[in-house]
Parts: sequence; C-alpha cells; structure tokens
Amino acid sequence: MDPLVDFPLDVAQPTPTGGRLKRRVTSGGGRTSWVTPSRLLGLLIGAGFASPAGFVVWRTLRLGSDLASVAKEVPGPLWRTVQLSVLVSVSAAIIGTVLAWLVTRTDLRGRRFWRIALVLPLVLPSFVGAAAFIAGLAPNGIIHDALSAVGITPPRRFRGLGAAWLVLTAFTYPYVYLPVAARLIALRSSLEESARLLGLSSTATFFKVTLPQLRPAVFGGGLLVFLYTLSEFGAVQLLGYDTLTRVIFATRQSDRALSFASATVVLILALAVVALERSQRGRSRPDDRSTAVVRRNRLGWRQAPALGGCSLVLLVGLVIPVTSLANWAQRGIVERRVSISDLVQPAISTATVGVIAAVLAVTVVMPIALATTRRPHRSSDIAAISVIVGFAIPGLVIALALAVLTLNTPVLKGLYQTSALLIIAYVIHFGSQALASTELAVRSVPHALRESSRLLEPSPIRRFFQVDFPLMRPGLVAGGGLVMLSTLKELPATLLLSPIGFSTLTTEIWASYEEGFYASTGLASIVLVAVSATLTWFLVLRRSEVVRG
Amino acid sequence: MSRSRHCARVTASLAAISLIAASCGGDDADITLYSGRSAELIQPIIDEFEEVSGLSVEVKYGNSADLALLIDEEGEASAMAADVFLSQSPGSMGFLEKRGRLATLPESTLALVTDNVRDDSGSWIGFSGRQRVLVYNTDAVDPVDLPSSVLDMTDPEWKGRIGVAPGNGSFQDFVTAMRATTGDDATLEFLKALDANDPVLYANNSAIVAAVGRGEVDTGLVNHYYNYRALVENPDQPSANHVFGPDDPGAVLIITGAAILAGADDAEPAAQLIDFLLGSSGQQYFATETFEYPLAIGQLPAINVPPIDFSNDISNAGGIAFEDLAGGLEATRALIAESGLES
Repeated sequence: MDPLVDFPLDVAQPTPTGGRLKRRVTSGGGRTSWVTPSRLLGLLIGAGFASPAGFVVWRTLRLGSDLASVAKEVPGPLWRTVQLSVLVSVSAAIIGTVLAWLVTRTDLRGRRFWRIALVLPLVLPSFVGAAAFIAGLAPNGIIHDALSAVGITPPRRFRGLGAAWLVLTAFTYPYVYLPVAARLIALRSSLEESARLLGLSSTATFFKVTLPQLRPAVFGGGLLVFLYTLSEFGAVQLLGYDTLTRVIFATRQSDRALSFASATVVLILALAVVALERSQRGRSRPDDRSTAVVRRNRLGWRQAPALGGCSLVLLVGLVIPVTSLANWAQRGIVERRVSISDLVQPAISTATVGVIAAVLAVTVVMPIALATTRRPHRSSDIAAISVIVGFAIPGLVIALALAVLTLNTPVLKGLYQTSALLIIAYVIHFGSQALASTELAVRSVPHALRESSRLLEPSPIRRFFQVDFPLMRPGLVAGGGLVMLSTLKELPATLLLSPIGFSTLTTEIWASYEEGFYASTGLASIVLVAVSATLTWFLVLRRSEVVRG
Repeated sequence: MSRSRHCARVTASLAAISLIAASCGGDDADITLYSGRSAELIQPIIDEFEEVSGLSVEVKYGNSADLALLIDEEGEASAMAADVFLSQSPGSMGFLEKRGRLATLPESTLALVTDNVRDDSGSWIGFSGRQRVLVYNTDAVDPVDLPSSVLDMTDPEWKGRIGVAPGNGSFQDFVTAMRATTGDDATLEFLKALDANDPVLYANNSAIVAAVGRGEVDTGLVNHYYNYRALVENPDQPSANHVFGPDDPGAVLIITGAAILAGADDAEPAAQLIDFLLGSSGQQYFATETFEYPLAIGQLPAINVPPIDFSNDISNAGGIAFEDLAGGLEATRALIAESGLES
C-alpha cells in the first residue's frame, strides 16, 4: 500500500489570513493526539530510521564503557570534529549560496554550463578526492609540477585541519548549492525588484530581502554538510586529521566499548545540531508561484571575479582530482593493464541500486515531510529528527546495526546479505538528504491552489498526484538526486551488506586502491564520475528547474 | 489521470526490481569465503581451486578489520555464514581468536608450515608473507654502503635520501612490530630521528618505488614485492631491494593468514581450500603472481626473490598478536603522529 494515501489534507486547513500562515491550531479533532493513522505511520517510519542509533546506544550501555577512558580519549577528537564540521559547513554554506545566486539571479556568463558543472564535485567519494590531492601534491604529481612551473614551492605535506577543510568543503558545497538554487528559482523576484526600485543596492537586496527567504534551504544544506563531515572517515584518515570517526574505527576491535561510546558521542552531537537547526531555520510561508520574469542582476565589473570564483571552485572540486585520476588511468590504459569492460557490470549495479534507493528514500520520507510542513506535531518532529540523524552515523556502524538486527530476528534473517537490506541501509543513511528537499518541495505547493483543487477533485489520492506531485517534482527530483549520488559513492555499508559477488564502482575503486593498483583506481573513478554525471543530467537536472530559467 | 497511471507503473516496476534484487542473495555454495585480500590478488587461485576440487566457493571481499567485525556478529548470533576467513592484517586474526570465533585447524594442515608462521594454538595459519625492505636506486647507491639495520637510516649520511609512507598500513604494521620488539620509547626515538633526517613523504609503497626508480629519492622503506611488480612493468628500472639483517625490525615479515570459523557448516571443504592455498599450485601462485613469500615447507619464492630460511627464528609480525600490544594499531598511529613524521 502506498503510505501517502491517507495523508493529504482531508482535515480542514486554517486559511491564511495575512502574510504569515498560522500553523498551530488547537481546535479540531486529532490535532494534539499522537494516535492518528498518519502520525503512527510517521512514527513507524521514524523508528525504522532510528534503529541504528538505538543499536549504538544499546551496545554502548551493554559494553559498559569505562568513563575514565572515554574522558581521556574522546575530548580531543571531539573538539577537532567540532572544529572541522563547523568550518566545513559554514564555508560550504557560503560558497553554495553565493554560487546558487550567481547562476540563478545574475547575468553570469556561461550560466547553463556552470549550473551543471558546479553540481559535479559531489560525485567523487571523498577518500578518492583526498587520495587524488595527496598524489597530485607528491613529487611528480600534477599539482606539484604545476606549482613548481610557476615558481611556487609545493607544500611538502598535505595533512591536518587545513587539508581536511579544503577537501571536504570542495566536495560538499553542492549539498547547499542544489537546494538553494532550486529555492531561488521557485521564489518570485518581485520583492527583490521592489527593493531595487526603492533604492537598495543589489548587495543590500541580497542580504535584506533574498537571504531571509533562503534561510531554510541554506540551513538544511548546511546541516547535511555538518552531518556528512561528522560521519566522514576515509578522507580524514588519509589526511591525518584525528576526528571522532577515527576513534570509532581505530578502536573497533581493540576497545569496542570505547568505539561505541565514541559513536554515541557523535549521535548526541548530531542530535544537538539537528535540534538547533530546526529551531533556527524559521518557517517560510508556502510559495506563490511567480509569473514575473526573473530579473537578473547585472554583474558589470564583477563579472570577472565571479567567473574566477566559479572556476576556482570547479578547479579544486573537480578538475584537479579528476586530472590526477586520469593521470593514473592513462598510464594503465597505455600499458594495457586495465580495461573498461571489467567495469560494465559494477557500473550497472551501481546505477541500479542508486536509482532504487533514491526513489524509495523520497517515498518513505514523504509522509514525514507532509506532516512536518502541513500539520506539525511533536510526533512529526521526532520522526524527522530520526531520519536526519541517520546521516551522522558512519556507514560501517549502520551496516553492523542492520546485520545484528537481521541476524538476531528470525523473521528478518532472510534479508541478511541481500540487495534489499543494502538498499534499506542506503535509505536509512541518506534519507535525510531526501527529507530536506522534500520538505521544501511540499512547501512549494501554494496553499490557495490546494484549497481550490479540493473543490474540483474529491479523491485525496488523485489530488496528490494531479495537483501536489507535479508542483513538488523539481524538489523531489533534487532530493532523490542527492540520495542517488551518495549511494553511488557509498563504501563501508556496501562492502559489508552487499550480497556475495555484488560489486559497485566504489568497491572496485577501493579494492584497487588498497592493493596499490592505481591505474584501476583511476579508471574506475573516472567511470564513476561519468556514470554519476550522466544519471544526474538525465534523471535530475533535465527534470528539475535548476537548468531552466 | 495519465500521471497517476504513470506513477503506478513506476511503483510496480520498482517493486519488481526489489524482488528480483532480493532473490539474488543466498544461493548456497560449498564454501563461503570472507577475504580481506582483494579479488585482483586472490580470485584467480580460487577459480583454480573450484576447477580442481569440483567445489563451489563464494567470496565476500572487504576490509580485513570490518569483515572480522561482521564475522564476530555472525558468531554472536549463532548464524555463522562464513566458513573461511583470509586476513591481510594480523590484528584482525588476533581479534577473532580472542573472541573465540576461530576453529582449530586440522593437524595435517598445521603441519604444512613451520611453527613460526602459524598460531601456537592452531587457530590460524599463514599462507603468504611480505617482508619489509629498503628499496634503493642502483645508480645512486652502492649496496655495500647500505646498513644492516633500519635504525641506521637515521644517520646523517641518509639525510633527505629516504622515502617514507607514514600513513600507509604496511608502514604502520612495521612500526607496530618494532614496538613489540624494541618497546614504545625506543620506537618513538627512532621515528623522531627519522623525521629529523628530512625524509621525503609519499602516499604509499608504489609511489616510493616509482620515485626511487626515477632517481627522485635514493632509498625508501617499502614491502618487498612492490619492486618486483615495478620491474615486471619496466625491467630497466634501476631499483633493487635491500633486506636488513636477520632479527632487524626493518626486515619484519608480515603474514597473510587463513582460518576456519567456529560454527562454520562447511568445515571439511574449508580445510580442503586452505590445504590447496598451501599446496604447490597455491603457493607458486603467490610466489610468481604477487611476488610474496610462500610459507609452506619446501616452497620457494619467485626466482629473483631471495629466499628466507623459515626454520631460523625470523622477526615475524604475524607471530605478534598486535592486539596484545597496549593500544594496538591506534597507539602505533599516535606514536607516528607524536614523532612529527605525520603532521
């Protein structure tokens, strides 16, 4: 049964009376009760998402970690984790927002190209990106040679906070860029035009008029970046920056109690940040569709620095790592050590699980998104937070949690090491990315339109597919797209939970990297970038409004 | 209308795909192998085993440590899916042994190797080994000048002339072995002196061997087989391995081990697989294809790889239970970071 069915709007909605829509209404049956079908459904979905977190807490309590050792081992890495996550999410939020504004609201040259190209840094697994940077900076690497050629002494070491910040920012800003660009396109520019007519400069208009309306998108994207950084392991390990995930991984055999206690600390930190974000993001009112042509700000003399900025971001996030990888691949192809035909099957598997996980993730978070935006209640907030926190738990821990759950539950045992469980793991891990965009998508359906459609079409299901769904589609597609890209590059859960004999491009990249076959690593990475870019283009960008307008 | 029909079609096809996908798992093979060593290095010899024995083997590839955690959970739930575990890292074997997840190997299997490359209680056995060596550029270095201990690489003579990959797993195994033989304080002192000697840092072993071959750096600390692989690709490359003296921590042998899991349903065919890996075809595969040391008694390494006499007491990282060292690999990483080599 489709879980969406009983959802949309059969209870009378309050009518918006002024600028701001009042949401909390105390009258009306079931508004305060937890036991309505839709709320129970939301809580049930939330419980599924929360199961790995529950596992972590249960294990921590059962293993009974020694508080003294936690107090000794955790604070340092915790502080470094907070530093890195804050730095990366703030810089990604700034870069993502500015880029989104440039490509949607200005006369930037080559906008269509930038709109697509600026999404692509998201497709590289960050450990591959980090490895490409390290190799590029080593003697004879491309960055090393390029710097030497212009007379700059290349840094001998690429490690620590600065390196981790640069790499993670370069690969995660699209989490902000995509939702903000989608939001800017959906927002009408008439307010901005009025502001300009009243004499505000374009900068002042941006800060005083545009930015406040973007706040939920910027905060939602920034939160994803924060949680990503929190759970990231591959890149920080390669770059020698000692975060909490390194404690989780380094002690996973030698001191399991400490490992799980550290995972609990990550969870608490994530919960705190998610709660903070939800209280701060503010509620924007449902949109009124713009009929006005979007007015583009003239960049004038700022055209050159703007183009320079876009190029720099793309250079760091895509061109340098891909060139470095191509360099590896090309050596292997010339020497006929690698062939692309071995990668066809993994590429098909990768694309298949990615698309299924994306559609499933959007479907299961839809009831929660409808509830949090249209009929907020504490139950829907709890469900939403459960979904979001799944992103902060390292993939390895989610995999172990699902393995333990299925191995010890007789009815679920058949799921162990099947693609079905693997896809469930992806949905739990990346559902937050679908939720953020789905909430924005739900909000983009004008209230007045829903009111009038109710008169014309009595069936809520038909109404959902005929009225709500088409309007939500750009947002849903963007959310699904993020889940798909994350799934394509996921490694630890894929390795542990996949059925035997199943390989994806990312597992191929990892296997060859571990054994030092860098030609294969390079080739498989290039294929991953190509597959991701193709899928993103056909399934996401072409269907969303990010490329139009 | 058409839109809702369209959506129904999408939903139906997704459900179908999920069902097909779900049914793909779980066709039963005779042996289920969890391998911490990648397909590229192990699958060919597994294919050969299947052909010779008529038994079917399904292999799950992954990181040794993560697979060990999964095996531990399977054991905990009394649902051991794996029959055999191949581990790249001695620590993961030690972890599973401590958790009681390993079965005792048959006497006939244990008798295939000398005592120092298997577990004392018979729960795991080494089937191939990689040795830490110093690779050097034959144009730039006269082999008679090379020291007999890695500790001497901190001499001023080698300032700026040694390539190191401190973030690499095999370097960390080497440091862990050194902690076991010389203690943490002496190890830290060595790492600090090495750092002070202006080493050139690389990401991994292959990069060091390539750099030594190009003459970019004179020497480098690596695993022995990287140079042989490089020489296959470019026989003219002026690089060679130098093995430090016997018992030197710089010449430690790191073992890849195999074990049968406690509670495995297919223990008998599992032992057959391990015996095959330790038989002539298995051992010669590792000797000639990956240039590792075969560990079975009487098996010789590839023609250009200098043999090791295993009946002598060699430094043997495989014999050191890394997890018994206080802090394990984590403490090793902390030590490397403290020395300044990594920051």
